[in-house]
Formats: sequence, C-alpha cells, structure tokens
Amino acid sequence: MTLIVKEVTRLTVGLIFLFGIYIMLHGHLTPGGGFAGGVIVALSFIHMVLAYGGDFATKKMNSRIATILESLGGLMFLSLALLGLIFAGVFFLNLLPKGMPFELKSAGIIPLCNIAICIKVGAGLFLVFTLLTMFKPGGDK
Amino acid sequence: MEYITLTEADQLIPLLVFMIIGSIVALEIDDMLSSVIAIGAVGVGVTISFLILKAPDLAITQLVVEILCLILLVRATIKREMRFPRKHADYLRIISALVLIFLFLVFSYSALMGLPPFGMPIMKVASEYIARGIHETGATNMVASVILDYRGYDTLIEASILFTAVLGVSVVLRSVGRIRNEKS
Repeated sequence: MTLIVKEVTRLTVGLIFLFGIYIMLHGHLTPGGGFAGGVIVALSFIHMVLAYGGDFATKKMNSRIATILESLGGLMFLSLALLGLIFAGVFFLNLLPKGMPFELKSAGIIPLCNIAICIKVGAGLFLVFTLLTMFKPGGDK
Repeated sequence: MEYITLTEADQLIPLLVFMIIGSIVALEIDDMLSSVIAIGAVGVGVTISFLILKAPDLAITQLVVEILCLILLVRATIKREMRFPRKHADYLRIISALVLIFLFLVFSYSALMGLPPFGMPIMKVASEYIARGIHETGATNMVASVILDYRGYDTLIEASILFTAVLGVSVVLRSVGRIRNEKS
C-alpha cells in the first residue's frame, strides 16, 4: 500500500483496538458486548494486515498465537459456566456480587464472560481471515 | 413502556425498497466486485433499519460483521476475474419458480396472520426479564443480562459453533499435512 495508507493506519489502528476493548468492557452497561468488541479487535489486526502486508502483521499476531488465544477464550467461558455448577450446583449461576447498577464493576460474571467471548471471537475471526487470505493453493508455506 | 408505532415503522419502507433493489442488483450484475459491493449496501440498510427499530445492540453487531464479511469477500474476489456464467432462460425453471413462489405466498399468508399486530409483542417471559433483570443480574444492558445470564446456555453453544467453524477452516486450509503428503 502507499505511504498515506500506512501512516493513517499507524495512527488509527491503536484507536480502533481501544474502541473494541471499550465496547467489550462496557457490554453490561451500554449496547455492544463481547461479540461486537471481539470483531472490532479482529478488524484492527485485519486493518494492519491490509495496510502493511501479511509479513509485518504476523510478527504481532500469527495464526499459532491466535489458535491458542481462541482455545483459551473458549475454555475461560466454559470454566466460568462450570464455576456455578461446582460451587452452587447450578450451571451458569451468577455467583459473584452484583454491585451497584451503572457501575463498571457490577453484574457479577457478565463482564468476565464478555472478556472471554471477546478473546475467543477476535482470535477466531482473525484466524479465519489470515487462513483465507494467505492460503496459497500451491502448498508452499 | 414504549413500543414502536406504525408511523415510525413507515420510515422503513424506502429503506426496504432500497434493500430489495440492492439484492436484485447483487444477483443480476455480471461483475463479481460490483455484486459484493451491492451486498454491502444491503447490509448497511439492515443496520439502519435495526437502528430505526430501536435495537442498537443488533445494529452494532450487524455493522461490524458486515464490514468483516465485505473485507473477506472483496479480498477473495478482487484479484481474480470471476464472472457468473450466463444461462439462457429455461421455461421449466421459470414455471417451477413461479409455482414455488405462489405456494410460499399462500402458506406465509396464513402464518403471518397468526402474528401479533405490529408494535405489540406478546410479552410473557420478556416482561419478567424487564421487570427483574436489573435486580437479579445487576446489568443495565438488558440484552447482556439475557444472553449471558438467563440464556447463557445458548451463548455457550453459539460460541462452540463459532469454534467449530474456525476449526473447519483451519483444517481445510492447513499447510502442514499437504507438504508431508507431497513428499511421500
């Protein structure tokens, strides 16, 4: 890509990443949530791949790290669900303190679930993007 | 409680016409890239109609997923000259399509008559969520309290569906097994 695209990407990609984190963390207060935040986080990495090419971006995040992150996100979500089963006998029980409404630290396990879904969705969609775009039919690496 | 009135829903009609035209363009145009961009326009129309229907959660998700799909589709079509093979009109195909559309209209008429009137949803379970959601879960976003607390099981299965999809893509497009097969 041209120099203009690279410079604009360098300035904006961090802000896009931060916006995804914001959407994810405020998922229990405002519209948004883990899925939308995760897709925005994945889009910030995709932005980098499109502007700088795959070789640069894979230094920050490659498919091996994305695989591990996606599995970790899924396991975190499942273990949050199992916590309720272990400690209280009900699957998906919201056992953490609820806190005051309209505060960031409220709603028990819902923000933690949002974080888990964000990690899982962001890593998974980035993985699909890299696999679909960098795949070469010849079979070379 | 405020529902959407019919006058507000009237704003949707030009948007729906735009989306129908966009879908027809996407189907009928020869160039693949133009078709992909027409699909993107339809997706933005869906986003705006979600905003008019007061569903900001869905609007955010729809917009973001639409951008991702558009990037993937443009990336997949931009480098290769793909054109739809144009076939001549086949009378049997047209007649069977018309018969199916007629049957669909007949059955959907009786199904749509059973729906509640526009703007007045049947609130048997949802009114309980709205009344007790904030006290029971502490989340002020009602959608989050439903999808992650009351209906958390659904979200778990949904996450596993996405996991399976990513797994399928990475198995089909892997490079390690291919190289080993070519060597042997």
